[in-house]
Amino acid sequence: MIVLDVIIGGLLTGGIYALLAAGFNLQYGVARVLNVSHGEFIMLGAVAAYSLYVPFGINPLVSLSIVGPILFIISFLIHRVVFERLRKTSGVTEVFEGKSLLVSFGLLFIIQNVALLAWGPEDRGYTFLPQPVNLLGAIFAINRLVVLGFAVVLGLAFFLFLVRTRLGKAIRAAAQEETGAQLIGVNIHWMHGLCFGFGALLAGLAGVLISTILSVSPVMGLPYTIIAIIVVVLGGLGNILGSLLGGLILGIIGSLVLHTEPGLEMAVFYVLFMLILLVRPKGILGK
Amino acid sequence: MINVHHKIFFPLLFSILILIALAIIPGYAPGYYTSLLNSIFMYTVLTVSWATFCGPTGYISLTSAAFLGVGMYTTAILGEALPLPLIVLSGGLASFLFALLVGLASLRIRGIFFAMFTLGLSEGLRHFINWWEIRIVGGLGRWVISADNITIYYTMLIILVMTLLTSYIIRRSKFGFALRSIGEEEEAAAHIGINVNAVKIITFAITSFWIGATGAIIVTQWLYVDTTTAFDVFYSFTPTLMALFGGIGQIYGWILGAVVFTVIAELLLTEFPYYYMLIFGIMIISVLLFFPSGLIGVLLKVRKESPTE
Repeated sequence: MIVLDVIIGGLLTGGIYALLAAGFNLQYGVARVLNVSHGEFIMLGAVAAYSLYVPFGINPLVSLSIVGPILFIISFLIHRVVFERLRKTSGVTEVFEGKSLLVSFGLLFIIQNVALLAWGPEDRGYTFLPQPVNLLGAIFAINRLVVLGFAVVLGLAFFLFLVRTRLGKAIRAAAQEETGAQLIGVNIHWMHGLCFGFGALLAGLAGVLISTILSVSPVMGLPYTIIAIIVVVLGGLGNILGSLLGGLILGIIGSLVLHTEPGLEMAVFYVLFMLILLVRPKGILGK
Repeated sequence: MINVHHKIFFPLLFSILILIALAIIPGYAPGYYTSLLNSIFMYTVLTVSWATFCGPTGYISLTSAAFLGVGMYTTAILGEALPLPLIVLSGGLASFLFALLVGLASLRIRGIFFAMFTLGLSEGLRHFINWWEIRIVGGLGRWVISADNITIYYTMLIILVMTLLTSYIIRRSKFGFALRSIGEEEEAAAHIGINVNAVKIITFAITSFWIGATGAIIVTQWLYVDTTTAFDVFYSFTPTLMALFGGIGQIYGWILGAVVFTVIAELLLTEFPYYYMLIFGIMIISVLLFFPSGLIGVLLKVRKESPTE
Protein backbone atom coordinates (compact mmCIF):
# COMPACT_ATOMS: atom_id res chain seq x y z
CA MET A 1 0.00 0.00 0.00
CA ILE A 2 3.01 2.26 0.49
CA VAL A 3 3.43 2.34 -3.27
CA LEU A 4 -0.11 3.60 -3.75
CA ASP A 5 0.42 6.14 -0.98
CA VAL A 6 3.47 7.47 -2.76
CA ILE A 7 1.97 7.55 -6.25
CA ILE A 8 -1.39 9.03 -5.35
CA GLY A 9 0.19 11.48 -2.89
CA GLY A 10 2.63 12.47 -5.59
CA LEU A 11 -0.06 13.04 -8.19
CA LEU A 12 -1.99 15.17 -5.70
CA THR A 13 0.90 17.63 -5.26
CA GLY A 14 2.02 17.14 -8.85
CA GLY A 15 -1.26 18.57 -10.13
CA ILE A 16 -0.49 21.88 -8.43
CA TYR A 17 3.10 21.86 -9.66
CA ALA A 18 1.88 21.26 -13.20
CA LEU A 19 -0.47 24.21 -13.05
CA LEU A 20 2.01 26.69 -11.64
CA ALA A 21 4.76 25.55 -13.98
CA ALA A 22 2.52 25.89 -17.04
CA GLY A 23 1.94 29.53 -16.13
CA PHE A 24 5.63 30.18 -15.57
CA ASN A 25 6.49 28.50 -18.84
CA LEU A 26 4.02 30.61 -20.79
CA GLN A 27 5.51 33.80 -19.37
CA TYR A 28 8.99 32.78 -20.40
CA GLY A 29 8.12 30.95 -23.61
CA VAL A 30 6.22 33.83 -25.18
CA ALA A 31 6.83 37.03 -23.21
CA ARG A 32 10.51 36.10 -22.53
CA VAL A 33 10.18 37.14 -18.90
CA LEU A 34 11.77 34.71 -16.48
CA ASN A 35 9.35 35.75 -13.79
CA VAL A 36 10.95 35.32 -10.36
CA SER A 37 7.83 36.89 -8.86
CA HIS A 38 5.67 34.03 -10.15
CA GLY A 39 5.41 32.61 -6.63
CA GLU A 40 4.10 35.96 -5.40
CA PHE A 41 1.08 35.63 -7.67
CA ILE A 42 0.53 32.18 -6.16
CA MET A 43 0.73 33.83 -2.75
CA LEU A 44 -1.75 36.53 -3.83
CA GLY A 45 -4.17 33.83 -4.98
CA ALA A 46 -3.82 31.95 -1.70
CA VAL A 47 -4.13 35.07 0.47
CA ALA A 48 -7.16 36.23 -1.51
CA ALA A 49 -8.84 32.83 -1.16
CA TYR A 50 -8.28 32.91 2.61
CA SER A 51 -9.54 36.47 2.90
CA LEU A 52 -12.68 35.61 0.92
CA TYR A 53 -13.38 32.38 2.80
CA VAL A 54 -12.75 33.25 6.44
CA PRO A 55 -14.67 36.52 6.85
CA PHE A 56 -17.17 36.19 4.01
CA GLY A 57 -17.61 32.46 3.71
CA ILE A 58 -17.02 32.42 -0.05
CA ASN A 59 -16.16 28.93 -1.20
CA PRO A 60 -12.57 28.74 -2.51
CA LEU A 61 -13.84 27.01 -5.63
CA VAL A 62 -15.99 30.07 -6.30
CA SER A 63 -12.99 32.30 -5.51
CA LEU A 64 -11.20 30.72 -8.46
CA SER A 65 -13.45 32.64 -10.81
CA ILE A 66 -12.95 35.91 -8.90
CA VAL A 67 -9.21 35.76 -8.21
CA GLY A 68 -8.12 34.52 -11.64
CA PRO A 69 -9.49 37.40 -13.75
CA ILE A 70 -8.35 40.06 -11.26
CA LEU A 71 -4.78 38.77 -11.30
CA PHE A 72 -4.94 38.53 -15.07
CA ILE A 73 -5.84 42.20 -15.38
CA ILE A 74 -3.25 43.34 -12.82
CA SER A 75 -0.41 41.45 -14.46
CA PHE A 76 -1.49 42.45 -17.96
CA LEU A 77 -1.18 46.07 -16.84
CA ILE A 78 2.18 45.39 -15.17
CA HIS A 79 3.42 43.97 -18.44
CA ARG A 80 2.17 46.97 -20.37
CA VAL A 81 3.71 49.54 -18.06
CA VAL A 82 6.99 47.84 -17.14
CA PHE A 83 8.03 45.03 -19.47
CA GLU A 84 6.94 46.60 -22.76
CA ARG A 85 8.98 49.65 -21.92
CA LEU A 86 11.95 47.53 -20.87
CA ARG A 87 11.78 45.63 -24.13
CA LYS A 88 12.00 48.86 -26.10
CA THR A 89 15.06 50.10 -24.20
CA SER A 90 16.84 46.73 -24.15
CA GLY A 91 17.14 46.01 -27.86
CA VAL A 92 18.50 42.46 -28.03
CA THR A 93 16.38 39.64 -26.59
CA GLU A 94 19.22 38.36 -24.39
CA VAL A 95 19.62 41.73 -22.70
CA PHE A 96 15.88 41.91 -22.21
CA GLU A 97 15.81 38.44 -20.65
CA GLY A 98 18.49 39.38 -18.14
CA LYS A 99 16.92 42.69 -17.25
CA SER A 100 13.38 41.35 -17.05
CA LEU A 101 14.61 38.71 -14.60
CA LEU A 102 15.91 41.50 -12.37
CA VAL A 103 12.77 43.59 -12.78
CA SER A 104 10.67 40.63 -11.74
CA PHE A 105 12.88 40.36 -8.66
CA GLY A 106 11.93 43.96 -7.85
CA LEU A 107 8.32 43.00 -8.42
CA LEU A 108 8.76 40.14 -5.93
CA PHE A 109 9.78 42.66 -3.27
CA ILE A 110 6.92 45.01 -4.02
CA ILE A 111 4.19 42.37 -4.04
CA GLN A 112 5.54 40.52 -1.01
CA ASN A 113 5.86 43.67 1.07
CA VAL A 114 2.49 45.08 0.13
CA ALA A 115 1.06 41.74 1.26
CA LEU A 116 3.12 41.83 4.46
CA LEU A 117 1.87 45.34 5.28
CA ALA A 118 -1.74 44.41 4.60
CA TRP A 119 -1.73 40.95 6.14
CA GLY A 120 1.11 40.64 8.69
CA PRO A 121 3.81 38.02 8.74
CA GLU A 122 1.88 35.15 10.32
CA ASP A 123 0.85 31.82 8.82
CA ARG A 124 -2.89 31.36 8.57
CA GLY A 125 -4.97 28.47 7.41
CA TYR A 126 -8.55 27.30 7.19
CA THR A 127 -10.07 23.87 6.90
CA PHE A 128 -11.92 23.00 3.77
CA LEU A 129 -13.41 19.52 3.21
CA PRO A 130 -10.95 17.73 5.53
CA GLN A 131 -12.95 14.46 5.66
CA PRO A 132 -10.85 11.40 4.85
CA VAL A 133 -11.65 9.09 1.97
CA ASN A 134 -10.27 5.68 1.24
CA LEU A 135 -8.66 5.50 -2.18
CA LEU A 136 -7.71 1.91 -3.06
CA GLY A 137 -6.53 1.43 0.50
CA ALA A 138 -4.63 4.70 0.84
CA ILE A 139 -6.33 7.41 2.90
CA PHE A 140 -6.50 11.03 1.73
CA ALA A 141 -8.50 14.13 2.66
CA ILE A 142 -11.23 15.08 0.18
CA ASN A 143 -9.74 18.54 -0.30
CA ARG A 144 -6.61 17.12 -1.89
CA LEU A 145 -8.68 15.14 -4.37
CA VAL A 146 -10.70 18.25 -5.19
CA VAL A 147 -7.47 20.14 -5.73
CA LEU A 148 -6.13 17.47 -8.05
CA GLY A 149 -9.42 17.35 -9.95
CA PHE A 150 -9.45 21.10 -10.46
CA ALA A 151 -5.77 21.23 -11.34
CA VAL A 152 -6.24 18.56 -14.02
CA VAL A 153 -9.37 20.20 -15.44
CA LEU A 154 -7.79 23.67 -15.51
CA GLY A 155 -4.56 22.35 -16.97
CA LEU A 156 -6.36 20.44 -19.70
CA ALA A 157 -8.68 23.34 -20.45
CA PHE A 158 -5.71 25.59 -20.85
CA PHE A 159 -3.92 23.10 -23.05
CA LEU A 160 -6.98 22.73 -25.28
CA PHE A 161 -7.26 26.50 -25.44
CA LEU A 162 -3.69 26.68 -26.76
CA VAL A 163 -4.13 23.86 -29.25
CA ARG A 164 -7.65 24.41 -30.53
CA THR A 165 -8.59 28.07 -30.46
CA ARG A 166 -7.47 30.79 -32.85
CA LEU A 167 -5.99 32.87 -30.05
CA GLY A 168 -4.15 29.82 -28.74
CA LYS A 169 -2.65 29.23 -32.16
CA ALA A 170 -1.54 32.86 -32.35
CA ILE A 171 0.14 32.46 -28.96
CA ARG A 172 1.97 29.35 -30.09
CA ALA A 173 3.03 31.06 -33.27
CA ALA A 174 4.42 33.97 -31.25
CA ALA A 175 6.33 31.51 -29.08
CA GLN A 176 7.82 29.69 -32.07
CA GLU A 177 8.90 32.47 -34.36
CA GLU A 178 8.27 36.07 -33.43
CA THR A 179 8.99 37.66 -36.79
CA GLY A 180 7.07 35.01 -38.70
CA ALA A 181 4.07 35.46 -36.44
CA GLN A 182 4.12 39.20 -37.04
CA LEU A 183 4.26 38.62 -40.79
CA ILE A 184 1.03 36.63 -40.71
CA GLY A 185 -0.69 39.37 -38.76
CA VAL A 186 -0.27 38.39 -35.11
CA ASN A 187 -0.04 41.44 -32.85
CA ILE A 188 3.06 40.42 -30.93
CA HIS A 189 2.83 43.04 -28.14
CA TRP A 190 -0.72 41.98 -27.43
CA MET A 191 0.38 38.32 -27.26
CA HIS A 192 3.19 39.09 -24.82
CA GLY A 193 0.81 40.91 -22.51
CA LEU A 194 -1.82 38.19 -22.77
CA CYS A 195 0.67 35.44 -21.98
CA PHE A 196 2.09 37.31 -19.03
CA GLY A 197 -1.47 37.73 -17.81
CA PHE A 198 -2.38 34.08 -18.40
CA GLY A 199 0.74 33.03 -16.48
CA ALA A 200 -0.33 35.07 -13.46
CA LEU A 201 -3.87 33.76 -13.82
CA LEU A 202 -2.68 30.16 -13.64
CA ALA A 203 -0.44 31.05 -10.69
CA GLY A 204 -3.38 32.65 -8.91
CA LEU A 205 -5.58 29.61 -9.49
CA ALA A 206 -2.82 27.34 -8.19
CA GLY A 207 -2.58 29.62 -5.16
CA VAL A 208 -6.31 29.38 -4.43
CA LEU A 209 -6.10 25.60 -4.64
CA ILE A 210 -3.00 25.49 -2.41
CA SER A 211 -4.78 27.54 0.26
CA THR A 212 -7.34 24.75 0.73
CA ILE A 213 -4.68 22.27 1.85
CA LEU A 214 -1.77 24.30 3.27
CA SER A 215 -1.42 27.37 5.46
CA VAL A 216 -0.95 30.74 3.82
CA SER A 217 1.51 33.60 4.43
CA PRO A 218 2.99 36.50 2.44
CA VAL A 219 6.41 34.83 2.29
CA MET A 220 5.20 31.52 0.89
CA GLY A 221 5.94 32.43 -2.74
CA LEU A 222 9.61 31.88 -3.47
CA PRO A 223 9.75 28.08 -2.97
CA TYR A 224 6.97 27.76 -5.54
CA THR A 225 8.93 29.88 -7.99
CA ILE A 226 11.88 27.54 -7.58
CA ILE A 227 9.62 24.54 -8.12
CA ALA A 228 8.21 26.18 -11.23
CA ILE A 229 11.74 26.72 -12.57
CA ILE A 230 12.67 23.09 -11.91
CA VAL A 231 9.50 21.69 -13.48
CA VAL A 232 9.85 23.92 -16.52
CA VAL A 233 13.43 22.82 -17.11
CA LEU A 234 12.37 19.20 -16.57
CA GLY A 235 9.58 19.45 -19.12
CA GLY A 236 11.39 21.73 -21.56
CA LEU A 237 11.45 25.52 -21.66
CA GLY A 238 8.53 26.72 -23.76
CA ASN A 239 6.81 23.33 -23.83
CA ILE A 240 3.44 23.55 -22.04
CA LEU A 241 2.66 19.84 -22.28
CA GLY A 242 6.12 19.15 -20.89
CA SER A 243 5.35 21.35 -17.88
CA LEU A 244 2.10 19.55 -17.16
CA LEU A 245 3.84 16.18 -17.36
CA GLY A 246 6.95 17.41 -15.53
CA GLY A 247 4.78 18.68 -12.67
CA LEU A 248 3.25 15.25 -12.14
CA ILE A 249 6.67 13.56 -12.31
CA LEU A 250 8.17 15.99 -9.81
CA GLY A 251 5.16 15.49 -7.54
CA ILE A 252 5.74 11.75 -7.47
CA ILE A 253 9.47 12.12 -6.87
CA GLY A 254 8.75 14.57 -4.05
CA SER A 255 6.28 12.19 -2.49
CA LEU A 256 8.84 9.37 -2.74
CA VAL A 257 11.45 11.46 -0.92
CA LEU A 258 8.86 12.56 1.65
CA HIS A 259 8.21 8.92 2.52
CA THR A 260 11.89 8.01 2.83
CA GLU A 261 13.68 11.15 4.08
CA PRO A 262 11.37 14.07 4.89
CA GLY A 263 12.92 17.53 4.61
CA LEU A 264 15.19 16.61 1.74
CA GLU A 265 12.63 17.14 -1.06
CA MET A 266 13.92 20.47 -2.28
CA ALA A 267 17.53 19.31 -2.22
CA VAL A 268 16.61 16.23 -4.28
CA PHE A 269 14.60 18.39 -6.70
CA TYR A 270 17.66 20.49 -7.10
CA VAL A 271 19.95 17.56 -7.84
CA LEU A 272 17.45 16.42 -10.45
CA PHE A 273 17.35 19.93 -11.89
CA MET A 274 21.13 20.03 -12.16
CA LEU A 275 21.23 16.64 -13.86
CA ILE A 276 18.59 17.66 -16.39
CA LEU A 277 20.44 20.88 -17.18
CA LEU A 278 23.66 18.97 -17.67
CA VAL A 279 22.41 15.94 -19.56
CA ARG A 280 19.35 17.16 -21.39
CA PRO A 281 18.97 20.94 -21.19
CA LYS A 282 16.04 20.86 -23.59
CA GLY A 283 13.96 18.88 -21.09
CA ILE A 284 12.32 15.48 -21.39
CA LEU A 285 9.94 16.59 -24.14
CA GLY A 286 12.23 19.10 -25.82
CA LYS A 287 12.90 18.82 -29.53
CA MET B 1 54.07 60.07 -22.33
CA ILE B 2 52.88 62.65 -19.79
CA ASN B 3 49.32 61.68 -20.49
CA VAL B 4 49.97 58.02 -19.69
CA HIS B 5 51.86 59.04 -16.60
CA HIS B 6 48.95 61.11 -15.28
CA LYS B 7 46.47 58.40 -16.07
CA ILE B 8 48.17 56.14 -13.57
CA PHE B 9 49.37 58.73 -11.10
CA PHE B 10 46.19 60.58 -10.18
CA PRO B 11 43.88 57.60 -9.68
CA LEU B 12 46.64 55.97 -7.61
CA LEU B 13 47.10 59.07 -5.44
CA PHE B 14 43.35 59.40 -5.07
CA SER B 15 42.98 55.75 -4.04
CA ILE B 16 45.76 56.02 -1.48
CA LEU B 17 44.19 59.14 0.04
CA ILE B 18 40.83 57.40 0.31
CA LEU B 19 42.52 54.37 1.83
CA ILE B 20 44.28 56.49 4.45
CA ALA B 21 41.01 58.24 5.26
CA LEU B 22 39.23 54.90 5.62
CA ALA B 23 42.03 53.57 7.81
CA ILE B 24 41.79 56.39 10.36
CA ILE B 25 38.00 56.82 10.37
CA PRO B 26 37.18 54.38 13.22
CA GLY B 27 39.27 56.48 15.63
CA TYR B 28 37.22 59.62 14.98
CA ALA B 29 33.76 58.74 13.73
CA PRO B 30 30.90 57.42 15.91
CA GLY B 31 30.20 53.68 15.91
CA TYR B 32 27.26 54.04 13.56
CA TYR B 33 29.52 55.11 10.71
CA THR B 34 31.85 52.17 11.24
CA SER B 35 28.98 49.75 10.84
CA LEU B 36 27.62 51.68 7.85
CA LEU B 37 31.07 51.43 6.27
CA ASN B 38 31.11 47.73 7.11
CA SER B 39 27.97 47.18 5.03
CA ILE B 40 29.34 49.37 2.26
CA PHE B 41 32.53 47.30 2.22
CA MET B 42 30.56 44.08 2.17
CA TYR B 43 28.33 45.07 -0.74
CA THR B 44 31.27 46.53 -2.66
CA VAL B 45 33.14 43.24 -2.32
CA LEU B 46 30.04 41.32 -3.44
CA THR B 47 29.44 43.63 -6.39
CA VAL B 48 33.02 43.89 -7.62
CA SER B 49 33.53 40.11 -7.29
CA TRP B 50 30.31 39.44 -9.12
CA ALA B 51 31.00 41.95 -11.87
CA THR B 52 34.60 40.87 -12.48
CA PHE B 53 33.27 37.60 -13.83
CA CYS B 54 29.75 38.46 -14.94
CA GLY B 55 30.37 41.97 -16.32
CA PRO B 56 32.62 41.08 -19.26
CA THR B 57 31.19 37.60 -19.93
CA GLY B 58 27.51 38.50 -19.72
CA TYR B 59 26.74 35.46 -17.59
CA ILE B 60 24.22 36.31 -14.85
CA SER B 61 25.27 34.47 -11.71
CA LEU B 62 22.66 34.48 -8.95
CA THR B 63 24.59 32.51 -6.41
CA SER B 64 26.54 35.08 -4.37
CA ALA B 65 24.37 34.13 -1.38
CA ALA B 66 25.71 30.58 -1.56
CA PHE B 67 29.35 31.74 -1.44
CA LEU B 68 28.59 34.17 1.38
CA GLY B 69 26.72 31.44 3.26
CA VAL B 70 29.55 28.94 2.79
CA GLY B 71 31.91 31.49 4.35
CA MET B 72 29.52 32.09 7.25
CA TYR B 73 29.12 28.40 7.96
CA THR B 74 32.89 27.92 7.86
CA THR B 75 33.20 30.37 10.75
CA ALA B 76 30.29 28.76 12.58
CA ILE B 77 31.80 25.27 12.25
CA LEU B 78 35.42 26.19 13.00
CA GLY B 79 34.44 28.26 16.04
CA GLU B 80 37.51 28.83 18.19
CA ALA B 81 39.58 26.08 16.59
CA LEU B 82 41.65 28.62 14.63
CA PRO B 83 42.69 32.27 15.06
CA LEU B 84 40.41 34.75 13.31
CA PRO B 85 42.60 35.57 10.28
CA LEU B 86 42.90 31.87 9.47
CA ILE B 87 39.15 31.40 9.85
CA VAL B 88 38.55 34.22 7.37
CA LEU B 89 40.99 32.65 4.91
CA SER B 90 39.34 29.23 5.40
CA GLY B 91 35.99 30.83 4.63
CA GLY B 92 37.44 32.16 1.40
CA LEU B 93 39.02 28.82 0.59
CA ALA B 94 35.79 26.91 1.21
CA SER B 95 33.97 29.31 -1.07
CA PHE B 96 36.73 29.01 -3.69
CA LEU B 97 36.49 25.20 -3.71
CA PHE B 98 32.72 25.32 -3.85
CA ALA B 99 32.88 27.76 -6.77
CA LEU B 100 35.27 25.40 -8.59
CA LEU B 101 32.68 22.64 -8.27
CA VAL B 102 29.87 24.93 -9.41
CA GLY B 103 31.98 26.07 -12.33
CA LEU B 104 32.74 22.51 -13.37
CA ALA B 105 29.08 21.53 -13.13
CA SER B 106 27.76 24.51 -15.06
CA LEU B 107 30.28 24.58 -17.92
CA ARG B 108 27.79 23.69 -20.59
CA ILE B 109 25.09 25.99 -19.36
CA ARG B 110 24.68 29.39 -20.96
CA GLY B 111 22.37 32.36 -21.08
CA ILE B 112 19.22 32.35 -19.02
CA PHE B 113 19.83 28.71 -18.02
CA PHE B 114 22.95 29.80 -16.15
CA ALA B 115 20.91 32.34 -14.18
CA MET B 116 18.31 29.68 -13.31
CA PHE B 117 20.98 27.12 -12.46
CA THR B 118 22.80 29.44 -10.07
CA LEU B 119 19.60 30.73 -8.46
CA GLY B 120 18.44 27.18 -7.87
CA LEU B 121 21.87 26.23 -6.62
CA SER B 122 21.93 28.63 -3.70
CA GLU B 123 18.34 27.74 -2.78
CA GLY B 124 19.10 24.03 -3.12
CA LEU B 125 22.16 24.35 -0.91
CA ARG B 126 20.08 26.21 1.67
CA HIS B 127 17.55 23.40 1.78
CA PHE B 128 20.24 20.75 1.97
CA ILE B 129 22.08 22.43 4.86
CA ASN B 130 18.78 23.04 6.62
CA TRP B 131 17.97 19.34 6.39
CA TRP B 132 21.49 18.42 7.47
CA GLU B 133 21.37 20.71 10.52
CA ILE B 134 17.99 19.44 11.69
CA ARG B 135 18.44 15.79 10.89
CA ILE B 136 22.14 15.08 11.45
CA VAL B 137 23.32 17.85 13.81
CA GLY B 138 20.03 18.47 15.58
CA GLY B 139 19.27 22.20 15.82
CA LEU B 140 18.16 24.99 13.52
CA GLY B 141 21.09 27.37 13.70
CA ARG B 142 24.53 27.79 15.22
CA TRP B 143 26.17 30.17 17.66
CA VAL B 144 29.12 32.01 16.22
CA ILE B 145 32.22 33.50 17.83
CA SER B 146 32.00 37.28 18.06
CA ALA B 147 34.54 39.89 17.05
CA ASP B 148 34.39 43.59 17.92
CA ASN B 149 33.38 46.18 15.33
CA ILE B 150 36.89 47.56 14.86
CA THR B 151 38.36 44.13 14.07
CA ILE B 152 35.55 43.49 11.58
CA TYR B 153 36.12 46.93 10.09
CA TYR B 154 39.82 46.45 9.41
CA THR B 155 39.38 42.89 8.19
CA MET B 156 36.69 44.06 5.77
CA LEU B 157 38.92 46.93 4.63
CA ILE B 158 41.72 44.47 3.83
CA ILE B 159 39.31 42.15 2.02
CA LEU B 160 37.96 45.11 0.04
CA VAL B 161 41.43 46.23 -1.04
CA MET B 162 42.33 42.66 -2.00
CA THR B 163 39.10 42.31 -4.00
CA LEU B 164 39.77 45.53 -5.89
CA LEU B 165 43.37 44.49 -6.60
CA THR B 166 42.23 41.04 -7.75
CA SER B 167 39.64 42.55 -10.03
CA TYR B 168 42.08 45.12 -11.40
CA ILE B 169 44.74 42.50 -12.10
CA ILE B 170 42.26 40.14 -13.75
CA ARG B 171 40.93 42.91 -15.97
CA ARG B 172 44.40 44.08 -16.95
CA SER B 173 45.79 40.60 -17.64
CA LYS B 174 45.26 38.13 -20.46
CA PHE B 175 42.37 36.80 -18.42
CA GLY B 176 40.52 40.06 -18.82
CA PHE B 177 40.81 39.96 -22.60
CA ALA B 178 39.80 36.31 -22.60
CA LEU B 179 36.72 37.08 -20.49
CA ARG B 180 35.71 39.91 -22.78
CA SER B 181 36.06 37.80 -25.88
CA ILE B 182 33.97 35.09 -24.23
CA GLY B 183 31.32 37.73 -23.66
CA GLU B 184 31.49 38.84 -27.30
CA GLU B 185 31.28 35.37 -28.83
CA GLU B 186 32.17 32.25 -26.91
CA GLU B 187 32.65 30.02 -29.97
CA ALA B 188 35.02 32.48 -31.56
CA ALA B 189 36.97 32.85 -28.32
CA ALA B 190 37.49 29.10 -28.26
CA HIS B 191 38.61 29.12 -31.89
CA ILE B 192 41.32 31.71 -31.38
CA GLY B 193 42.90 29.45 -28.79
CA ILE B 194 41.42 30.61 -25.51
CA ASN B 195 40.82 27.76 -23.10
CA VAL B 196 37.29 28.97 -22.50
CA ASN B 197 36.40 26.50 -19.76
CA ALA B 198 39.57 27.05 -17.74
CA VAL B 199 39.25 30.83 -17.93
CA LYS B 200 35.62 30.76 -16.86
CA ILE B 201 36.08 28.35 -13.95
CA ILE B 202 39.25 29.94 -12.59
CA THR B 203 37.88 33.49 -12.69
CA PHE B 204 34.61 32.37 -11.16
CA ALA B 205 36.43 30.61 -8.31
CA ILE B 206 38.96 33.38 -7.65
CA THR B 207 36.29 36.06 -7.46
CA SER B 208 34.25 33.85 -5.12
CA PHE B 209 37.18 33.58 -2.69
CA TRP B 210 36.65 37.11 -1.34
CA ILE B 211 32.90 36.67 -1.08
CA GLY B 212 33.48 33.64 1.16
CA ALA B 213 36.03 35.56 3.24
CA THR B 214 33.50 38.38 3.65
CA GLY B 215 30.88 35.91 4.84
CA ALA B 216 33.33 34.44 7.32
CA ILE B 217 34.08 37.81 8.96
CA ILE B 218 30.69 39.51 8.66
CA VAL B 219 28.93 36.66 10.49
CA THR B 220 30.90 37.43 13.67
CA GLN B 221 28.78 40.54 14.25
CA TRP B 222 25.55 38.50 14.29
CA LEU B 223 26.43 35.96 17.02
CA TYR B 224 23.95 33.48 15.55
CA VAL B 225 23.46 32.11 12.07
CA ASP B 226 20.89 29.89 10.41
CA THR B 227 20.21 28.94 6.80
CA THR B 228 17.56 31.62 6.29
CA THR B 229 19.92 34.48 7.14
CA ALA B 230 23.08 32.95 5.64
CA PHE B 231 21.61 32.02 2.26
CA ASP B 232 19.22 34.96 1.90
CA VAL B 233 18.38 35.25 -1.81
CA PHE B 234 18.72 39.02 -1.37
CA TYR B 235 22.52 38.66 -1.42
CA SER B 236 22.33 36.88 -4.77
CA PHE B 237 20.44 39.65 -6.50
CA THR B 238 21.98 42.77 -4.93
CA PRO B 239 25.42 42.49 -6.59
CA THR B 240 23.76 42.30 -10.00
CA LEU B 241 21.53 45.25 -9.26
CA MET B 242 24.30 47.36 -7.74
CA ALA B 243 26.60 46.77 -10.71
CA LEU B 244 23.83 47.69 -13.14
CA PHE B 245 22.92 50.69 -11.01
CA GLY B 246 26.45 52.06 -11.16
CA GLY B 247 27.29 51.02 -14.72
CA ILE B 248 28.25 47.52 -15.75
CA GLY B 249 31.23 48.37 -17.96
CA GLN B 250 33.62 50.01 -15.49
CA ILE B 251 35.13 49.11 -12.14
CA TYR B 252 34.30 52.67 -10.99
CA GLY B 253 30.72 51.98 -11.92
CA TRP B 254 30.55 48.89 -9.74
CA ILE B 255 32.05 50.67 -6.74
CA LEU B 256 29.86 53.73 -7.23
CA GLY B 257 26.77 51.54 -7.61
CA ALA B 258 27.52 49.54 -4.47
CA VAL B 259 28.30 52.61 -2.34
CA VAL B 260 25.33 54.72 -3.44
CA PHE B 261 22.93 51.79 -3.34
CA THR B 262 24.01 50.72 0.16
CA VAL B 263 23.77 54.27 1.52
CA ILE B 264 20.27 54.69 0.05
CA ALA B 265 19.23 51.30 1.42
CA GLU B 266 20.56 52.15 4.91
CA LEU B 267 18.81 55.53 4.87
CA LEU B 268 15.55 53.89 3.85
CA LEU B 269 15.97 51.27 6.56
CA THR B 270 16.33 53.88 9.30
CA GLU B 271 13.74 56.33 7.93
CA PHE B 272 11.03 53.92 6.80
CA PRO B 273 11.64 50.54 8.46
CA TYR B 274 8.24 49.20 7.41
CA TYR B 275 8.29 50.37 3.83
CA TYR B 276 11.98 49.73 3.25
CA MET B 277 11.70 46.57 1.16
CA LEU B 278 8.75 47.98 -0.76
CA ILE B 279 10.66 51.15 -1.71
CA PHE B 280 13.66 48.98 -2.49
CA GLY B 281 11.61 47.00 -5.00
CA ILE B 282 10.36 50.17 -6.66
CA MET B 283 13.94 51.44 -6.80
CA ILE B 284 15.15 48.28 -8.53
CA ILE B 285 12.53 48.57 -11.24
CA SER B 286 13.07 52.32 -11.73
CA VAL B 287 16.82 51.86 -12.11
CA LEU B 288 16.37 49.20 -14.78
CA LEU B 289 13.73 51.20 -16.62
CA PHE B 290 15.16 54.69 -16.48
CA PHE B 291 18.94 54.25 -16.17
CA PRO B 292 19.82 51.53 -18.65
CA SER B 293 23.52 52.49 -18.59
CA GLY B 294 23.70 53.22 -14.86
CA LEU B 295 24.93 56.20 -12.85
CA ILE B 296 28.19 56.31 -14.80
CA GLY B 297 26.12 56.67 -17.96
CA VAL B 298 24.22 59.59 -16.45
CA LEU B 299 27.45 61.28 -15.29
CA LEU B 300 29.10 60.88 -18.68
CA LYS B 301 26.05 62.35 -20.35
CA VAL B 302 26.10 65.38 -18.07
CA ARG B 303 29.83 65.84 -18.68
CA LYS B 304 29.43 65.60 -22.43
CA GLU B 305 26.63 68.13 -22.48
CA SER B 306 28.21 70.74 -20.19
CA PRO B 307 31.05 72.09 -22.48
CA THR B 308 28.56 73.06 -25.18
CA GLU B 309 26.88 75.51 -22.84
